[in-house]
Amino acid sequence: MPAHQFILNGRTVSVESPADLPLLWVLRDVLGVTGPKYGCGVGVCGACTSHLDGEAFRPCIHPVGDTTGRAVTTIEGLGAQGLHPVQEAWLEEDVAQCGFCQPGQIMAAVALLRRNAHPTDADIDAAMSDNVCRCGTYVRIRAAIQRAALLLRASAPTGGASLEGDPGTTGRP
Amino acid sequence: MADTLEAQPESPGEWGRRRFLTWVVAAPTLMVAARLGLAPADAEAAQAPTEASQTPLSLYIAIQEDGRVIATLPRTEMGQGITTAVAMLVAEELDLPLDAVDVRSAGADSRWLVQLTGLSSTMRLLAGPLRAAAADARARLVTAAAFRWRVLALSLTTAQGEVRAPDGRRASYGELAVAASQVLLPAVSPLPKSVGEYTLVGRPTGRVDARDIITGAARYALDLDLPGALPTVVARPPTLRGTVQSFDDTPARSMPGVVGVVPLSSGVAVVARTFAQALAARDALRITWAPGPASALSDVDIRARLREAIGPRPLPPLLTTRTLEGRFDFPYLAHAPMETQSCVARVQGDQAEVWLGAQDPKYAQRVVARALGWELSPQRVTVNVTRAGGGFGRRFFSEAAVEAALVSRALGQPVKLLWTRNDDMRHGHFRPASHHRILAHLGPGGMLLGWNHRAAIPTLELPHGFGDALTALAGELLPQVTSTVFFALTQRSPYHFGLVSHELREVSVPIPTGSFRSVFTSQVGVANEVFVDQLARELQLDPVALRRSRLASSRLQAVLKKVVTVGQWGRALPTGVAQGVAVLEEWDSAIAHLVEVDVTGAVPRVLRIIIAADVGLPINPKGIEAQLQGAAVDAMSTTLSAGLHIDAGAVREGSFADYHWLRMKHVPSDIQVHLVRSDDRVGGVGELGYPSAAAALANAIARARGTMPTRFPILDEGA
Ligand code: FES
Ligand code: FES
Repeated sequence: MPAHQFILNGRTVSVESPADLPLLWVLRDVLGVTGPKYGCGVGVCGACTSHLDGEAFRPCIHPVGDTTGRAVTTIEGLGAQGLHPVQEAWLEEDVAQCGFCQPGQIMAAVALLRRNAHPTDADIDAAMSDNVCRCGTYVRIRAAIQRAALLLRASAPTGGASLEGDPGTTGRP
Repeated sequence: MADTLEAQPESPGEWGRRRFLTWVVAAPTLMVAARLGLAPADAEAAQAPTEASQTPLSLYIAIQEDGRVIATLPRTEMGQGITTAVAMLVAEELDLPLDAVDVRSAGADSRWLVQLTGLSSTMRLLAGPLRAAAADARARLVTAAAFRWRVLALSLTTAQGEVRAPDGRRASYGELAVAASQVLLPAVSPLPKSVGEYTLVGRPTGRVDARDIITGAARYALDLDLPGALPTVVARPPTLRGTVQSFDDTPARSMPGVVGVVPLSSGVAVVARTFAQALAARDALRITWAPGPASALSDVDIRARLREAIGPRPLPPLLTTRTLEGRFDFPYLAHAPMETQSCVARVQGDQAEVWLGAQDPKYAQRVVARALGWELSPQRVTVNVTRAGGGFGRRFFSEAAVEAALVSRALGQPVKLLWTRNDDMRHGHFRPASHHRILAHLGPGGMLLGWNHRAAIPTLELPHGFGDALTALAGELLPQVTSTVFFALTQRSPYHFGLVSHELREVSVPIPTGSFRSVFTSQVGVANEVFVDQLARELQLDPVALRRSRLASSRLQAVLKKVVTVGQWGRALPTGVAQGVAVLEEWDSAIAHLVEVDVTGAVPRVLRIIIAADVGLPINPKGIEAQLQGAAVDAMSTTLSAGLHIDAGAVREGSFADYHWLRMKHVPSDIQVHLVRSDDRVGGVGELGYPSAAAALANAIARARGTMPTRFPILDEGA
């Protein structure tokens, strides 16, 4: 079986498995990284949302073979140096109910804010509408993203969104 | 001892609704608390399974050496925030910082007579006993300190997890715990604080488990790391309750990672090293299925059966000059919790242990024991309750635990069993479909003489702990908690509408059912409130004015007034935009919704929702707001777009791709919650927020479009 080497939350890992094994199961079953959740396994709910080279992606439909040499960040790797501003905002808005969707929601929100430091509600709707929250926390998610945008802008002197606290992007431009 | 232990004025033969609901879930817990919780010398309490460093002071409260307080809750956290509310109550009574309290869910344990999480009962029924237990613990700690220091107990105070003396001496709760557990009679009042003394309870407070959730540290059943537990999935029949006729597992067994294949009554289980391998091998099984009992039924047949069951109209009241009729159809609904059904199990010899987010751990224990042939010794099954990724009624049933236990025994290995999203959608215990006929009988001058609501609903399989509770208490009076009994005791009208009757026509349909948020009120209550608006249209009255003139309850009047004022009822709106209202009083709480909707686009768009709720003492206003916002999203989803279809005994929808639960883009930013407080009783919240949200939305759409929606979900009307 081929070995696949990639950077997981800032550390290099190597996994022997078929190349087409969905990354979600590599993370959960092989590496014991359980932050990304199984909600559908077919890419429609967003519960597994994590980052690949800083972009949101869905490990449940992403083959491990395609991650070779790339940086995978899960919710566990997001706040390596304390909480990420998006997590801070999530606490302040008290977003979570059952919490099962929240790692995915947060990872999707971080990716959005990285692309767009000043999202409008419409931008948030567009970026977040493929992440289901069965508990209906959408109102607070929206508020938390707006709050996080403020926090990020305040912490980034140039006015751009900060990438700090995301070791998954180490080594990438 | 607890404020939920109200006097019961009715004679034993009269089963009033309120009394029923109080007895069903309250009394058993209270009895246990009274018998065990406050008697530290009690042998049973001493047997509590505890960690070495813990000293139990009651069934609810234990104190660790390091001074942390462990509160044990015979309920399950599924996202409703009960662990936070409980931590607040305990911290309040014990004068502790909130983060010094850990709340744990009790495993199946016969000392808790009822462990069912539902019917908006947790805070309503446990707030009293928990406050009493925490206050009693404080009194014992103070007494122990007084003993140690040989001072008057009344001179001591408590703060920050310490007992303090006027001379400056201090002792932490951790140091005093053992002595406190031996106190027979507290030397200070063991009574809870009065509401006016609260400093924490009532303050909007963030969830105590929020940090775990947002960092990915929160553990759900399948995140547990039980050494050697093997990933397991089950091939399930295409039709509901179909069965395996024959199967060939030769190709599957030779696939990489496969450890075993175990036939079950629900399908064929495949165990492998990873879930990916188990899923691949599951797909390689060759199974011939026998169709399930509903395989001759599709939506049209079910609807026809339900309509037929409604029967002819009853005789109208005397003097009736005109009768208005409304008909409503509701679909089957899947609970679709975000975490699908799942369980970790280890069966070894004559002992079994399971880990899952059960809404009724004792029921889980019983069904697992029965499946293993241990009906007479269910205590051989240990049920550990984990946090659940949503429940909504689905986790009253524990099929995953039964399957996991059987597979673990067959292979002699621990397993972690996952239901796929397809499994969860297509093999649920669904909120039953229903058909309703409401008749409003009018007399001379538009006088309302009567209101007859007849609902045809497939038999509802009620949560099992529910029946247990009643049987334990009042077996002779109500030996069976059937859906008819539950319907009769919960469905009523808050209006002065003359002769009011609600009738259930149970229809036998071989499709599994289960209670859903708000149970029967999710249909009956919604239809009632939608037809109240229709009545207002017929009588050319403003719907708010009609409600105001007919509502008997001052609490409902107050919440209605609140939404009407805040939402500026009747203000000028653009064409195609309208407001709707609806109210509900249930679970010792009252609520009103005002919804604004825009129907000018392809699909109705909710612009804002104003909610006013009277839940009595709001323990954590932030948690209540979250519950009511979430219930509003449920209501919007199921009113507009989410519903199941049955095709020849099979559920059509398989995931959130075709089960149209609302997404971020459908939900307005403005869902306001206003709390109105009429007294300090603790009312229910979890189930409260659904029915009037759904009805207010339907009413807004009716007012915007000029026609009343009668089939839900509205966007599926052609199906
Ligand atoms: S589990 Fe990956 S999108 Fe649903
Ligand atoms: S918090 Fe439960 S699914 Fe989002």
